[in-house]
Amino acid sequence: MPLPAPRFGLGLRKPHYAEFLAGDVPVDFVEVISENFMVAGGRPRDILRQVRERHPVALHGVSLSVGSADGVDAEYLRRLRSLVDEIEPAFVSDHLCWTRFAGFQSHDLLPLPYTAATLAVVCAGVDATQNALGRQMLIENPSSYVSFAADEMSEWEFLREMVARTGCGLLLDVNNIYVSGQNHGFDPAAYLAAIPFEAVRQIHLAGHTSREIDGRGMLVDTHDQPVPDPVWRLFAEAIARAPHAWAMIERDDNIPALDALLAELDVARALAQTIDADQQVPA
Amino acid sequence: MSLAAQQAAFGAWLHRADDTAIAPALADARGLAVYQNNYRGSLMACLAEAFPHTHAWLGDEGFEAAAARHIDAHPPSSFTLDAYPKGFVATLRATWPADPEVAELAMLEWHLSEAFVAADDRPLSPNDLAELDWDRAQLRLVASARLLHFASNAPAIWSALAHEADPPAAVVAETPTAFIVWRADFICCFRPASGAEAAVLPGLAEPRLFAELCEDLAGEHGPDEAVGLAGEMLARWMADGLVVAVIG
Ligand SMILES: [Fe+2]
Repeated sequence: MPLPAPRFGLGLRKPHYAEFLAGDVPVDFVEVISENFMVAGGRPRDILRQVRERHPVALHGVSLSVGSADGVDAEYLRRLRSLVDEIEPAFVSDHLCWTRFAGFQSHDLLPLPYTAATLAVVCAGVDATQNALGRQMLIENPSSYVSFAADEMSEWEFLREMVARTGCGLLLDVNNIYVSGQNHGFDPAAYLAAIPFEAVRQIHLAGHTSREIDGRGMLVDTHDQPVPDPVWRLFAEAIARAPHAWAMIERDDNIPALDALLAELDVARALAQTIDADQQVPA
Repeated sequence: MSLAAQQAAFGAWLHRADDTAIAPALADARGLAVYQNNYRGSLMACLAEAFPHTHAWLGDEGFEAAAARHIDAHPPSSFTLDAYPKGFVATLRATWPADPEVAELAMLEWHLSEAFVAADDRPLSPNDLAELDWDRAQLRLVASARLLHFASNAPAIWSALAHEADPPAAVVAETPTAFIVWRADFICCFRPASGAEAAVLPGLAEPRLFAELCEDLAGEHGPDEAVGLAGEMLARWMADGLVVAVIG
């Protein structure tokens, strides 16, 4: 299996464009939001082309809607394919969620009931996407705030079955595991124990915010804070079990100077290195 | 409840804040508000980001009320949020029918943002002229170019706001004025179009021979003046980066 080397990256966000264009930002890869670059031309496409000359790129989508009851959108896949063909990304990913139904677009990652019927819909969507792109998709575990009465399985059981049926890879977001675990009362350790780590190609790190909603504390996946300690602990566990996964920090709001994110990325590097050292068998 | 019914019900919650269909399908519905917040918040942010000068002209209260009404009436239907601002121009026109500068400011902002991501072109430059075969070479506008008509002085208001100067009072002219919006390299621009330009530019969305362009102008200006006029316009278009030569 090709492609293991680069390991630590950042999301490419507007406040940092100039620095990424100017020179050697010490990252092994960058991740971009696919839809921001699914445009005909102009400055955004040009920036992405220039960044691509320096770094491997991962394309991360938010509008595939792999869980739409009315299926994935062929026109969307055609446009994504054209971006993939030009950029030749290391990975292409989107989320286990839905964002479109009957012409309505939510622009928010909406939850799916974990049932056999949903699994059939999602697997058909992943198959159609992988066929249209001619390559493997990575699917990311979402943060969620409600759960369904009809649920027949846990999220990790759903992911495991999806991987087995479609051959897709996983983008494991350890912050999302923590956020959903707090909101729904499951143990993140149990979640990680059940993940098929051989399928994990990317890992996301991010921060969240605590909010009082209907008299109850909930965590919301805001990507506007540094990575907190409990999320680092899950990362250490995840990177030990998927040592070749590419890891990156997602920061979409309250965006700090690039140096602050690079310092956080060094924490990720150090955690992974500790594990590398632990796993070395003395001669 | 089928997955399709559930997604329709979830959509009703986001769009109309109606949870009667979705709530019974949930084991724990308390987090529903998070989704409603995210949905409306991202649409509000999208409109505010797309129309900074319209926002400044109307003030927070007027802009936010109009944006909230627009979101109530128009759920998004494109995979990209970039497409969402387009319809807001019509909402503003309907909300302020006696103040055309409001919708026209928004129209200008919308077309500038369209030009920003329009397809790349290599515009015709004076250096290309020597090698151009005028019997075969057709001219067309660059993909980013649009001709817009304004009843008000919205372009002047836009320019003042963009330079953080005091905007002029809104004025409605007796006859509409035409402006060209386009992107030169990566810079979006606009300028007034002359009467002759306004007459021929719509035809240049599709490639045309230079001779045909002269014929179009001859009706209004006579054949002799038409050739000179066409030559002047071509020189200006090359300086602006507005036309592409297509060898048919
Ligand atoms: Fe993520």
